[in-house]
Amino acid sequence: MAQIEEIGIGQFKHLVSERALRGETMLLNMGPQHPSTHGVLRLILELDGETVINCIPDIGYLHTGVEKNMEAKTYQKAEVMTDRLDYMNTMGNNLAYVMAVEKLIDVDVPPRAQALRVILVELQRIASHLVWLGAFGLDLAAMSVFLYCFRERELVLDIFEMVSGQRMMTTYIRPGGLWRDVPVEFEKAVRDFVKLFHKRVDEYERLMTRNPIFLDRLVGIGYLDKKTALSYGVTGPMLRASGVNWDLRKATPYLGYDQYDFNIPTREEGDTYARYIVRIEELRESLRIIEQALNKLPLGPVRSDNRKFVPPPRSEIGVSMEALIHHFKLWTEGFLAPQGSIYNAVESPRGELGAFLESDGGPKPYRVHMRTPSFDNLAVLPEITKGHLVADLVAILASVDIVLGDIDR
Amino acid sequence: MDKKLEPIVKDLQEKFSITYEEHRGEVHCFVKAEQIVEALKLLRDEHKFDLLSAQTAVDYYPKMSPRFHVIYQLTSLEKIAFIQLRVPVNGDNPKVPTATSVYDTCNWRERELMDMFGIEFENHPDPRRILMPEGTEGHPLRKDFPLGYEEPQFTFNFEEINIRKPYAKE
Repeated sequence: MAQIEEIGIGQFKHLVSERALRGETMLLNMGPQHPSTHGVLRLILELDGETVINCIPDIGYLHTGVEKNMEAKTYQKAEVMTDRLDYMNTMGNNLAYVMAVEKLIDVDVPPRAQALRVILVELQRIASHLVWLGAFGLDLAAMSVFLYCFRERELVLDIFEMVSGQRMMTTYIRPGGLWRDVPVEFEKAVRDFVKLFHKRVDEYERLMTRNPIFLDRLVGIGYLDKKTALSYGVTGPMLRASGVNWDLRKATPYLGYDQYDFNIPTREEGDTYARYIVRIEELRESLRIIEQALNKLPLGPVRSDNRKFVPPPRSEIGVSMEALIHHFKLWTEGFLAPQGSIYNAVESPRGELGAFLESDGGPKPYRVHMRTPSFDNLAVLPEITKGHLVADLVAILASVDIVLGDIDR
Repeated sequence: MDKKLEPIVKDLQEKFSITYEEHRGEVHCFVKAEQIVEALKLLRDEHKFDLLSAQTAVDYYPKMSPRFHVIYQLTSLEKIAFIQLRVPVNGDNPKVPTATSVYDTCNWRERELMDMFGIEFENHPDPRRILMPEGTEGHPLRKDFPLGYEEPQFTFNFEEINIRKPYAKE
């Protein structure tokens, strides 16, 4: 290992203005341990008084080599790594990866599993937006919002624990369907949550949407226009707040999203407040999708019966020799996926979450790349913070909704 | 092939004499490294591929030559069409011209590839490592970079693991 150089201005010479080199502006280090950077993000700020002239994000503090590790595991076992990417959206990560695998091995998913996936992913979207809303409030010094949001998020996590045994690292969505069917209490728990949550969204809105302090801090701050957003690869609520109506659930309906009636909230303003409004409205749309999916939840199996790729149910193993052989083969060697490469993208709470798989015909993925939305959403930060105050930078960063596990992978 | 993609692939074929492959409905076009910036510009300006969804690379060491494929996954919001461009890059001294002038997102994405695969992007405005700390040796996502422990060899994967073992072989 080579000697690690001391970090000085020399490294960032080409990124700061000339005034910094003459000592007229100040370079300030914000993070990696800082409460408003949502994890371990380091920002190097060039300041003129309290105005941000340049902002240089420095990432990689949470780099765990997820992609490299996935190459060394079989397709089923690599799935647990995806939970750890964006730890606020574990179901969604599982879904992106699993759908890519399903596309690669060409396995159909039964309708009940699809509907359950929709419900779980939308619940996850609500949980993720709640964490965002809580942290957003916290960054703007609205402590109580944080407590309310985490109270409701707990209900969603309880539902996840009920179905998968885990609150966060669920690995519940598996290639070919789901790990197992949901318990009988599931439907009532979700219905209770939906009924309660309608009122709770109104409560959040009463606290924040028309709050004058809140408006002062947000309106007109961190403007992002359409063209810059697209060029930087920004997706999700951030792109929709800039006036681009793009949602993969509508554009390329997967999991039967075309059967559900829902809107894509879009705003033209492109500022921090617009991003807040878009996410709040997405909470309501997710509720609508969950209600519809629950109302027409079909009965039937939750796992494909293609035994070459999908493990048999536990009940069969005791009575069928073939089932036992399949079970053994699938959990030791894994299945052999056909050669080829796949890119599959889903709409995560933060934007386009893509899984790129390259297979060489073996039981392990030859190369996995997760296209994570936070990575590109953060890259645009230097553009939208220029000329704002440091306090506004905190609000803008909160409105981007980054998850460092998602960025550093 | 998707009807929407036919004229686009034809246009690319005429201007850059590309070859293409199809797999499960996806179209992969192979472009030469020196033409990639022009090809991306054409797709963005003429065919409305506004969004560069992903930029990544695959290392085919030691099986294939050229060693790397740099991959550009493009999305057209207007046409709802998806296309993938692949640039084969040689293993010794891998170089690709930077596409930062076409898509701003290439800035960080190319830094990641530089960091992880050691592919050099010529004229990149900010060629620093992005995820690994400064001063790291090697490029972690290359296939000859060890994962950090010894993999157990069984009869079915003995040869496969033997190829990439770091010890001296007789």
